[in-house]
Amino acid sequence: MKHVLSFSLRAALFGLFGAVLATFVAATPAAAQQPFNPTAQAVKEEQLLQQLQQVQGRISIPDAKASVLIQPAGREWRTFHNTTVFWTGAISILGMMGLLAAFYAVRGRITIDAGPSGRTILRFNSFERFVHWMTAGTFIVLALTGLNVVFGKYVLMPLFGPEAFTTVSLLGKYAHNYLAFPFMLGVVFMFLVWVKDNLPSSVDAAWIKAGGGLFVKGAHPPAKKFNAGQKVIFWTVILGGVALSISGLILLFPFYVTTIEGMQTAQIVHGLVSAVIVAIMIAHIYIGSVGMEGAFDAMGSGEVDLNWAKEHHSLWVAEEMGKAGNAKVPPSAVAAE
Amino acid sequence: MARMKFLCDADRCIECNACVTACKNEHEVPWGINRRRVVTINDGKPGERSVSMACMHCTDAPCAAVCPVDCFLTTADGVVLHSKDLCIGCGYCFYACPFGAPQYPKVGNFGSRGKMDKCTYCAGGPEADNSPEEYVKYGANRLAEGKLPICAEMCSTKALLAGDGEMIATIYKERVLKRGYGSGAWGWKVAYKETIAV
Repeated sequence: MKHVLSFSLRAALFGLFGAVLATFVAATPAAAQQPFNPTAQAVKEEQLLQQLQQVQGRISIPDAKASVLIQPAGREWRTFHNTTVFWTGAISILGMMGLLAAFYAVRGRITIDAGPSGRTILRFNSFERFVHWMTAGTFIVLALTGLNVVFGKYVLMPLFGPEAFTTVSLLGKYAHNYLAFPFMLGVVFMFLVWVKDNLPSSVDAAWIKAGGGLFVKGAHPPAKKFNAGQKVIFWTVILGGVALSISGLILLFPFYVTTIEGMQTAQIVHGLVSAVIVAIMIAHIYIGSVGMEGAFDAMGSGEVDLNWAKEHHSLWVAEEMGKAGNAKVPPSAVAAE
Repeated sequence: MARMKFLCDADRCIECNACVTACKNEHEVPWGINRRRVVTINDGKPGERSVSMACMHCTDAPCAAVCPVDCFLTTADGVVLHSKDLCIGCGYCFYACPFGAPQYPKVGNFGSRGKMDKCTYCAGGPEADNSPEEYVKYGANRLAEGKLPICAEMCSTKALLAGDGEMIATIYKERVLKRGYGSGAWGWKVAYKETIAV
């Protein structure tokens, strides 16, 4: 009995061993026929670029943005910077200058039809003028230093040589970065001071329909403190200024709130909005200086000629005179010497 | 003339970061600047791969195209160098670079990035070869001494290859044919507008 039992146990063990061995023998040739391919599951560059537009992974250094391995979007941003913003800027700015030159050739300087009255009325007080010139002065520096980044190497570098151009551009970069703050403050103040006079009103449609009286001598559609054209300038500065401020702050504090795509987008917004605003501001500067007799005084001394005011801002003059107790001549009006 | 390129065989890279360390040591690169880095994709998952990346010395380099002060130059060997004397630290090259190669010594707020620093392919800068001025600004100029970049030279698994593009492409092709697999030359299509067909 004892022998029989031990024999059957031994047989069972052998059987088990044999079965295990058979499994190995059967399995090994199959594995040898199929060579192990570690890349079968491996990540593929092409696939990642198609799915995510970039390749990103884990990195063992503190610089988080270094975890982006490949971002072909940089190539698109390059095209934007070198082609899109270049031509948008060049065409809008030179185009605007061309239009203004043509306008000047045809229409000439817009004069005061009734001639200067010699009496003036206060149009912008000293605070309004301060806000305007703080914004305007910084805007001009910002615009020139910004244009330098896009066009400087084609226009200025051949004139100065690389070293001097670098010095100018470096100073320009700091001027751009720091003067951005008074500009932003100016946009905020402008909004607070002038928003009440820049809301769309019923007379705007008629003003636009009459072309603002710009194209016909003697035509003067009625307007309040600001006509529809000036309202367009106001909202361009406010909305454009906000877009420039937000995108500019993102660029000023790189990678704080965004990744590389965000930086590229901010730069695209900044570039395109700037190109448009610079072109519009050139028109604003034209009509406020050489384009119209008497217009500069509004932001110069703040006192405009009464006849100019009556022609271009008839409703505003009426309002101001109403305030002064129906007096024919407002108290602030003084005789010119 | 050779056209110098980098190639990282991701099937060999073991993420030891020795290339990063060697680069920092060779050029005395300051803390916070990484001319070369190793990125691990799909970390901890099946099929993860590590790729060592630096400036790829692109054909028609985007950094050079967007630079507002034109501080870049491409050598006869196809190495993209830049002048720290001309750089104004605007950061545009970083936005355009597909490989995150440009580095800046400072954080960058208010445009205070400092002069850009990047992999020079161990070829220094525009200054006289191996002059003290060149070393201070760009590090060693091994290429002028007839040596290849230190990162690839000391790579323990020879994952990172540096040298003439044709030559390293041939080495990579032979490897792929012999072992029967290869996850491709990472970044080549973006940098050189061509890839290695095996």
